[in-house]
Amino acid sequence: MNDGSPTTVPPTALIGVQLRWWEKYKFWLIAAALLVVLPHIPGLSSGYGRSLLSQMGITAVFALSFNLLLGQTGLLSFGHAVYFGLGAYAAIHLLRAVNGGLPIPIPLVPLAGAAAGLVFGIIFGSVTTKKAGTIFALITLGVVELVYAASFMLHGIFGGDEGVSANRTGGPRLLGLTFGPQIQIYYVIAFWAFVSAVLMYAFMRTPVGRLCNAVRDNPERAEFIGYNPQRVRFIVFAVAGMFAGLAGGLLAINYEIVSAESVGALRSAQVLLAAYIGGIGHFIGPIIGAAVLVWLQVNLSDYTSAWLLYFGLFFMAVVLFAPGGLAGLIMMHAPIVRTRAFWGVLASYAVALVPAAIMLVGAVLLIEMNYRLSTQPELGARMKLFWVDLDAATPWPWVTAVVLLAAGFYVFRKTWRFVAAAWTRALDEAKARFAGGTSP
Amino acid sequence: MIEVFVSSLLNGVVYGLLLFMLSSGLTLIFSMMGVLNIAHAGVFMLGAYITYQIGKYAGFWVALMLAPVLCGLIGAAIERYGLRFVPNRKSHVPEILFTFGLLYLIEELVVMIWGRNPIPATVPEALDFPLFTLFGTSYPAYKAFMMAVSIGMFVSLYVALKRTRIGLVIQAALTHPQMVAALGHNVPSVYVLVFALGSALAGLAGAIGGFTWLTAPTLAFTVGPIVFVIVIVGGLGSLAGALIASMLIGILQTFAVVVDYSLRDLFAALGVTVSPSSPLYELYSIKVAQTAPVIPYLLLVLMLIVRPRGLLGTRDA
Amino acid sequence: MFSNLRRLGTAGLALVGTVYAGSAMAEVKMAFVEALSGGAASAGLLSQKTVQFFVDRINAAGGLNGEKILLSSYDNKTSAQETLIALKKAIDDGNRYVFQGNGSAFAYAILDAVNKNNERNPGKEVVFLNFAAVDPPLTNEKCSFWHFRFDADVDMKMAALTEAVKGDKNVKKIYLLNQDYSFGRSVAAAAEKMLKEKRPDIQIVGNEFVPLQKVQDFSPYVAKIKASGANGVITGNWGNDMLLLIKAGKDAGYNGVWYTYYAGGLGAPPAIGEAGIGKVKQVSEWHKDVTPELDPAIAAFEKRFPGQENEYGYWRIKTMMEMFAEAAKKAKSNDPIKVAGALEGLTMSTALGPVEMRADNHQLLQPLFVSTMSNKVKHPLQGTKIGFITDRKVDAKATAVPTTCKMQRPS
Repeated sequence: MNDGSPTTVPPTALIGVQLRWWEKYKFWLIAAALLVVLPHIPGLSSGYGRSLLSQMGITAVFALSFNLLLGQTGLLSFGHAVYFGLGAYAAIHLLRAVNGGLPIPIPLVPLAGAAAGLVFGIIFGSVTTKKAGTIFALITLGVVELVYAASFMLHGIFGGDEGVSANRTGGPRLLGLTFGPQIQIYYVIAFWAFVSAVLMYAFMRTPVGRLCNAVRDNPERAEFIGYNPQRVRFIVFAVAGMFAGLAGGLLAINYEIVSAESVGALRSAQVLLAAYIGGIGHFIGPIIGAAVLVWLQVNLSDYTSAWLLYFGLFFMAVVLFAPGGLAGLIMMHAPIVRTRAFWGVLASYAVALVPAAIMLVGAVLLIEMNYRLSTQPELGARMKLFWVDLDAATPWPWVTAVVLLAAGFYVFRKTWRFVAAAWTRALDEAKARFAGGTSP
Repeated sequence: MIEVFVSSLLNGVVYGLLLFMLSSGLTLIFSMMGVLNIAHAGVFMLGAYITYQIGKYAGFWVALMLAPVLCGLIGAAIERYGLRFVPNRKSHVPEILFTFGLLYLIEELVVMIWGRNPIPATVPEALDFPLFTLFGTSYPAYKAFMMAVSIGMFVSLYVALKRTRIGLVIQAALTHPQMVAALGHNVPSVYVLVFALGSALAGLAGAIGGFTWLTAPTLAFTVGPIVFVIVIVGGLGSLAGALIASMLIGILQTFAVVVDYSLRDLFAALGVTVSPSSPLYELYSIKVAQTAPVIPYLLLVLMLIVRPRGLLGTRDA
Repeated sequence: MFSNLRRLGTAGLALVGTVYAGSAMAEVKMAFVEALSGGAASAGLLSQKTVQFFVDRINAAGGLNGEKILLSSYDNKTSAQETLIALKKAIDDGNRYVFQGNGSAFAYAILDAVNKNNERNPGKEVVFLNFAAVDPPLTNEKCSFWHFRFDADVDMKMAALTEAVKGDKNVKKIYLLNQDYSFGRSVAAAAEKMLKEKRPDIQIVGNEFVPLQKVQDFSPYVAKIKASGANGVITGNWGNDMLLLIKAGKDAGYNGVWYTYYAGGLGAPPAIGEAGIGKVKQVSEWHKDVTPELDPAIAAFEKRFPGQENEYGYWRIKTMMEMFAEAAKKAKSNDPIKVAGALEGLTMSTALGPVEMRADNHQLLQPLFVSTMSNKVKHPLQGTKIGFITDRKVDAKATAVPTTCKMQRPS
C-alpha cells in the first residue's frame, strides 16, 4: 500500500491559489510554537522530561541529516556517526577553550560541530562517494570502524576511555543566562533544531536537492541530462555531514562529555533505526522516528529487560509491513482525511485493534516469562504481568499466552476484511470528490 | 628471525582459513544473490550454540553433523518466510535492514535460551592435543582439523558450483533469473537453496569456531564485520577471491602484530625526529602492531577506492 | 500502552503518597546505575543482586537511622550518554546516593555530572559510591569529595602484584600486554614503574597494547611473547581479551606465569580450565578460598541466588554497604553531606582484616590477596574443579599508594 519513495506532488487543492505567508508556512509556525510550549507541559516539565526533549531534538537533527543521504539520495550509510561524533568532539574542545577564557557564547558552540562535520564530510566524502549502493554502504562501515579504533588510540583528541568533558556554565554570560539549567539548554537545542530543519527542507528544494532525488531514482538518466551523479552525491554527503556535526555539537553542550561511543557503529545503527522507523519517504519521518526511538530507548528498559528484543521485533515489523515508516502510515491517510468515510476507517481500526491487542498481550506474556526464567531465575517464577499475579513454572500462564496469541491472530486476520472494505469506501469517496470538486 | 617468520606464517594461514570458513557461506549468499545478509554472523553464532547443546547429549561429532543441517533449515526459513516478504527488493536497502533486525532478534533469542554469560564450549577431546611442535611452540590438533574443514569447504563448493548441473543453474539464476525461469527452473527455490546452503556453511563454521573463539551472545557482533570485509575484498561472485582475501587478511594481520615500529620510527630512520609537543605525535607513535585488528577495515576502504570490484570479482555490487 | 497506564497509576499513587507524606515512613533512596542489558550485562546484573542483597540485610536490621533503604535500578545500556540520562532520572526520582562500578568511562561521566549537579543544586547533593571503576585519576587528578571508591585502584593492585613478582626469583623477563585504552595504559605504566623500583634486575621485554575487544586470535601475540623469552606476563585484560589470550597461551604451550587482574571473573575459570593451574595468578580483595569456611553472608547470598552466573564475586560490596551503614550511624543522619563527612577517615574491622577509607582521596584501603589457580581448593568456582589459593596477603595499610588529590570540601 505504501512504499519508501517520497511524494513530491504538491497538494492539489492549493494549485493556483495565492496564499498568505502565514498560511503557506503554517506547519513551520505550528512547529515553532510547539517547540516553545513543550517543556512547560505538566508531564514534561521535570528536569528529566526536559532532558528527554533535548535528547529528542539532538537525535531529530541527526536523523534528518541521515535522511538527506538515505531518503533523498538513496545512500545507505553505516557510518554516519563519524561526522556526528567528530562534530561533538570539536564542539567539546571548543567548550573547553571557552572554559579557559575564549569569549564565545555557549549557543554558538554547536557551530564548531557543524564546521567539523562539514570538513570531515568533505574529506571522507571525496573517497566514499565514488560509488553508490552497497559499495558505498560498506565503505562507510570501514570508515566508521577505523575512526572508532582510532578514537581509542589518540588520547589527546578523544580522551580515551574517559572521554572529553567541559563545563557549559563556564562561558560568557548571555543576557544573564548561565546555561546550567536544562530548560535553557533545551531552548538552545530547540533553536538549532528548528534552524537545521528549515535549512534542510530548503536544501531539498534547491536544484541540488532535486538532483539528489534524481540520482536516487535513476542515476543513468541524470547523467544523460548532463549532471554528474558523483558530484551530487559528494555535495549532499558534505551537507549531511555538516548537519550531523551540528547535532554532535548540540550533544556536546547538552551532556558536557563526549566519549568514543559517539563515533561508533552502534550510534550509526541507532540513527538508521530512528530514520527508518519514522519513515524515510517524508521530511517529518526522521523527526517522528527520533522522538519514538528516544522515548522507547529511555523508558522501555524500565519496564522490561527484554526491551532489545521488542526493539528488534518492532523494527522488523516496520521493515516488513510499513516500509514507509510511521510517517508513511500517517500520510497514507492524507487523501481520505476529509471524507465522511474516514470515520468508518477509524472505526474499522478500533475493531481490528481489539484482537491485535489480545495477540500482543499473548506474545508479551510468552516473551516476558521466558526472559524471567532464563535470565533471572533467582527471582523465582512468580511474576506480575498486566496487573495479574502468575507463576511461570505452572503450565496455565503459558497455555493462556499461546491461546491469546493464536486466537488473537486468527481474529485479527478476519478483521482485515473490514479495514479493507472501509478503506475502499473512503478511497472511492475521495476519488469522487476530487473528480467532482475543485478542478485544476 | 626465521622462527618469527615461520610461526607468523603458520598462524596467519590458520587464521586466514578460519576466516574463509566463516565467510564462505556469506560469499554464496552475498556474492551470488546480492543480499547483504547481516544475519549471517547470527546464524554462525547459532551454529556454535546448537553444537554445544547437542554436544552435551550426543557428543561433538554428532553435533557437528546436525548443526549445519539445522542452520541450513533456519536459513531456508529466513528466505522463504522472511526475506521473500520484504518489499522493494530492488534497492536492497529494506533487505539489509531486515537482516539487521534479524541479527538483533537472534542475539536476544540466544540470550533468552542460553543466558548472557559465555558458555564453556571446550575443545572435543579427540582434538585436544598438540599435533606438532615447531621452534618450541606447539600447534594443537584442532587447528589442523579446522584447516582441513576449511579447505574441504572450498573444494566442495567450487566443485558444486562449477561442475554440477545444479551449480550451473544457481549461477545462471543469479544473473539472469527471468531467463532461467523461462527455461523451466524454479527460481525462488534456487534462492531458498542458496540461502540454506550458505547458512549451513555458517553453521558448520560455528560448530568449529565455537570452541576456538568464545561462545557468547556477543560473538555475532565481534566477528560479523570482518566477514563482510572478506567478501568485498575478495570480490563479488568469486569464491576463489574470498579464499585469497581471507588468507591475505589473516597473514597481514598476523605479520602486523610482530611489527613493533611506528611512523615515528620511520621518520627517525629518515633523520627526522618528532617531538612530543607536535600535534600529531600520538598519531605517529601508533605502532603497526597496535593497528593489526583494524587492518581488515583499512584494506576494505582501500580496495573499495582503488578497485571496487574486489580482487577477483566478476560483477559490481 | 500498558506502560503509560502504569506510569499514570504510579503517578497517581505518588500524588496520594505525598498527601500522606507526613505520616508515611521516610526512606533513603539509593540508585544503582549499571549495564543491565546487552553484552556487558552479566557483571551489572550480578553486582545489582549483590547490592540488593546487602540493602535487604540493612533494612532487616532496622535500616539506616530508622529509615529503610529503597534501591532503584537504572539501566545504562553500556553507554556514557545513557548513563547520564539514567542519572538524571535517578536524581529526579529523589535518589541521593548512586552506586556504579563496572566501566571507568561511565564512572567519569557520573562523577562529572554529580559534581556539576551538586554545584548547581545545593540541597540536592548526590554522593557517588564506586565499587569497581579502578582508573587511578578518580582518586587523584579527578578526585572529588562526592566520590568514594571501594575497589583498590590500578596502582594499588599493581603494587600488590609486583610484590608477588618481586618474591619470585625465577622470573627474569616480564612481558606486558594490555588493552589499548586508559585502563590498560595505566596498568602498563604502573607495572613499568613498580617493577623498576622493586626488581630492577627484571627486564621488561615487551609492552604491547591490543585494541579493546577486537582481537579474536591471540596466537601471534603469544608467539611474540614466546620469542621474547619472557617467563611472566602481566596483563590487565578482562573479558574476552583475557580468556582468549590465556587460551592461546595454553594452545601454544606457553608455560610462563600469568599475572592478571581479572582471572577470577565471570566465565574465566571455566574457559581457562586445568591449564591455568599453578600458572595463572590474580590480585583481588577476596576469593572463595581466602578463608577455610565460606563467610555466612556469602553462603546466604548463594542460597538466595543459585546458579553459576550468580556466583559471588564482589566482596567489596559487602565492605561498602557495611561501612556505609557505619557512617550513617556515626553521622546520626542520612543526609549525604553528613554521611560523606562521617565516611571519610572511617575505619572498620572486617572478616579479612581492618579497612580504612582514606580521608585525603576517598580511596578505601583493604587487604589485597595475590592468589594462584589450583585444583586443591575447598570451594571450586563456576562449575569447575578449580579455584584460587592465596600466595600472599597485603594488609590494608600497606596497599596505600601516594596520591595527587587536592580535594575541595564543601564549606
